[in-house]
Amino acid sequence: MYKLESKHVDFFYGASQALKDINISIEENTVTALIGPSGCGKSTYLRLFNRMNDLISNTTIKGEVLIDGLDVYAKGVNVDSLRKKTGMVFQKPNPFPKTIFENVAYGLRVNGITDEKLIQERVESSIKKVVLWDEVKDKLKKSAFELSGGQQQRLCIARALAIQPSVILMDEPTSALDPISTAKIEELVYELKSKYTIVIVTHNMQQAARVSDKTAFFYLGELIEFNITRELFTNPMVERTQNYITGRFG
Amino acid sequence: METTNENRISKSKDRHQKAAFFVFAVLGYFIVTILIAILSFIVIKGASVISWDFITKMPEEGMTKGGIYPAIIGTLYLVAGSMLFAFPIGVLAAIYMNEYVSDGVAKKFIRLMTNNLSGIPSIVFGLFGMALFVNKLGFGDSILAGSLTLGLLALPVVIRTTEEALKAVNDTFRHASYGLGATKWQTIRRVVLPMAFPNIITGLILSIGRVSGETAPILFTVAAYFLPKLPTSIFDQAMALPYHLYVISTSGTNIEESRPIAYGTALILIIIVLVCNLLANALRKYFNNKVKMS
Amino acid sequence: MIVGLLMLSSTITSLTVVLIVFFLFKEGVAVFEKKPVEDGYTIVINKNNKVRKLTSEEIKNIYDQKTTFWSQLGAKHDSIILFRVEDIANFYTEDQIGANFENLPSCLSSIVDSIPGIIAFFPEKYLAKNFKGKQLDIDKVSLKEFFGGEEWYPTAQPSAQLGVKPLILGTLWVSFGAILLALPLGLAAAIYMSEIADERIRRIMKPLIELLAGIPSVVYGFFGLVIIVPIIQKIFNLPVGETGLAGSIVLGIMALPTIITISEDAMRNTPREMKEASLALGASKWQTIYKIVIPYSISGISAAAILGIGRAVGETMAVLMVTGNAAVIPHSILEPMRTIPATIAAELGEAPSGGLHYKALFALGCILFVITLVINLTVEFVSSRRKGGNH
Repeated sequence: MYKLESKHVDFFYGASQALKDINISIEENTVTALIGPSGCGKSTYLRLFNRMNDLISNTTIKGEVLIDGLDVYAKGVNVDSLRKKTGMVFQKPNPFPKTIFENVAYGLRVNGITDEKLIQERVESSIKKVVLWDEVKDKLKKSAFELSGGQQQRLCIARALAIQPSVILMDEPTSALDPISTAKIEELVYELKSKYTIVIVTHNMQQAARVSDKTAFFYLGELIEFNITRELFTNPMVERTQNYITGRFG
Repeated sequence: METTNENRISKSKDRHQKAAFFVFAVLGYFIVTILIAILSFIVIKGASVISWDFITKMPEEGMTKGGIYPAIIGTLYLVAGSMLFAFPIGVLAAIYMNEYVSDGVAKKFIRLMTNNLSGIPSIVFGLFGMALFVNKLGFGDSILAGSLTLGLLALPVVIRTTEEALKAVNDTFRHASYGLGATKWQTIRRVVLPMAFPNIITGLILSIGRVSGETAPILFTVAAYFLPKLPTSIFDQAMALPYHLYVISTSGTNIEESRPIAYGTALILIIIVLVCNLLANALRKYFNNKVKMS
Repeated sequence: MIVGLLMLSSTITSLTVVLIVFFLFKEGVAVFEKKPVEDGYTIVINKNNKVRKLTSEEIKNIYDQKTTFWSQLGAKHDSIILFRVEDIANFYTEDQIGANFENLPSCLSSIVDSIPGIIAFFPEKYLAKNFKGKQLDIDKVSLKEFFGGEEWYPTAQPSAQLGVKPLILGTLWVSFGAILLALPLGLAAAIYMSEIADERIRRIMKPLIELLAGIPSVVYGFFGLVIIVPIIQKIFNLPVGETGLAGSIVLGIMALPTIITISEDAMRNTPREMKEASLALGASKWQTIYKIVIPYSISGISAAAILGIGRAVGETMAVLMVTGNAAVIPHSILEPMRTIPATIAAELGEAPSGGLHYKALFALGCILFVITLVINLTVEFVSSRRKGGNH
């Protein structure tokens, strides 16, 4: 069974179709990169898995989106619990206006965990997983805004890990970061792969090539090509993919 | 076990959310209800009073009968007078602040002063108007003194709306004009002002709405309880709608008998505000569409 | 030329504030150089009376006959005998005084001389050249009397009472009552509009609430007078419905648009990514509102609350029309109260220009100005912290 799957997915903003018949299957403990020019639907596709598109009014979806074989858009699915299974990391680091500790503890608290010892442990282990512990262990009570951009983004990843998801959705997580911070995040993605299934949207093809096992190329709402990353970059089967990765358009 | 616990938590989250959203919706609609209650109360009570005679006749029999013509005329004079003063000064000051002064101490100072001016309670404007215009400059209780006092009150409103209008004009237009060799003033006059004009006018209309309803600043600078004839010069006293409403509903000798007149006056005041708001919105929409089309 | 004209306009604006401050404080501070006795009048006592100086409160107690013996003021045990200039008829006939009061000064002089316990109040021009009594020394209005005095009775004869405490307390009661009503309501409406209601409902509510802000305060006052006042009278079974509570309700309604618009703006400024991050972690919409949106926009919300108070403190007409205007220290919100702005509005018309009462009202204006200035500066401070702090 695939970890993540979409079958014949169409998605509409009002009357305009943003995704057309998308079929993708993603195996557990892999990194999948979604690439394509802006507006191609790659972010919209990513946000189907934790139903973040629900926040936009007047949208419709057809087809099936599955996590562990269960349709996330089926009737009776509790969206809050669904979102607990998936962690999300956004374009810009977006820590809450709270302390470093409370940022990571947030997801636990809103999900009803009150055992302070458990929270303490989870926060610590999550921050350690993103290799940030040594940098922040003495200032857990300080505002998260005091951290640098790269540190903030790693904190946001730790925040997502704390709720123990099995899937991590990353929406251009390094687009606002400098090269050094970017390298750290990429390294992290590579390490996290052993425990999580990761889907990463990126506009940076080198990044896709560096971190992902498989890559999906989107164009104008369609999935043009989905293949093993090395294959897709060295030997694309479709001409449009070729044009895009060689920089002839985009 | 884990799942039942999870269900319990998500159910309680759901319950909380439903309860909270219900409370907020109720309170939100409660406020809307209050507003509609106030408006409809005055509209219903006042509508039966308003007639052509009501707005064109002099008051009769100790203000229990007749119309409110002199109060309407007085308010018109005061609005015109205050705008004649506040509009040019406000617009020019806004142009100066937005186009000429660079961010610095001077700008900060003017901004601080304008902000403070807009925070001063209207009764303090009344005190000031009395001390300066009525007593010190010797205008006495007059349309001139009242207009100037109201004008000062409207000044920050005019400045703020004009500044916003100027800021909304994209810098690229200014640069394009400079690129063609236009001077700064030519650029402002021929490019910036025409583009900002609709929003400036919107600000003017909104400040008219504000000025026409103000009572405290005119209490001691111009307003008269009753005048048998219309004012003939700017040094005459005048009646005014808001003051008229205040007087006949609180301190007249025939409060009960003049209630209908009070309802009618209140309705006229609300109509003025409503018309100003609608006109401002309509203008804004109309000009926005025009800009988009061209 | 043009630049000069533009600069002049800005200068006028800035100058206005300076001028307002100047006139307000020039007239207002002058109250402390005045004696609390009407200009041209004097108070005299018998020359053997040891009392030299009286405060305005002591004079008032004497004339209210609360103080009846000079011993209560540290002099001999004579009972105090009040004398006003009209009482002269009890001592002398019209002939003795003279048709043009030409003998009045000497008559007054001998009366004061003959009664040891007398205290007399009359125009200074009737003071004889060789007056045989003693003019009382009366202190100027003091800061302590002004701010500590518990009675506001500026037209009292012979000595005006200028204690602003009842007025300040009245203002505070009414304003805080208003904010206590308006803040929860306004916040709830703001949350509903910015986070819960869909765009369609919001587009109807928002202009309605903006309209609420444009309605003149006399109209609110009038509404309060004909609707709220009678209801309060009935519900609480009061002799009059014009109470602090009526003022608070009317002011609360008037403060709503300020509170709603500003706090709604602040909440809508919460970055979308922040809300999404919270939802993505499994928080419900409501959890996101109270754990993320409200803390993020807290400075905007506080600014809204402070501005709401500011609007309430400075509001004049509506309050004047519904609070009953009794200048006594309030003990309950169900009593008539009088606020500072209402006092100015009600009394300035009858205060002779330049007199004690006139200047006292300007001093009230100064107090009001300072309060609103502090409020404005606080708001500026709070909102500048929002801009500088988070990012």
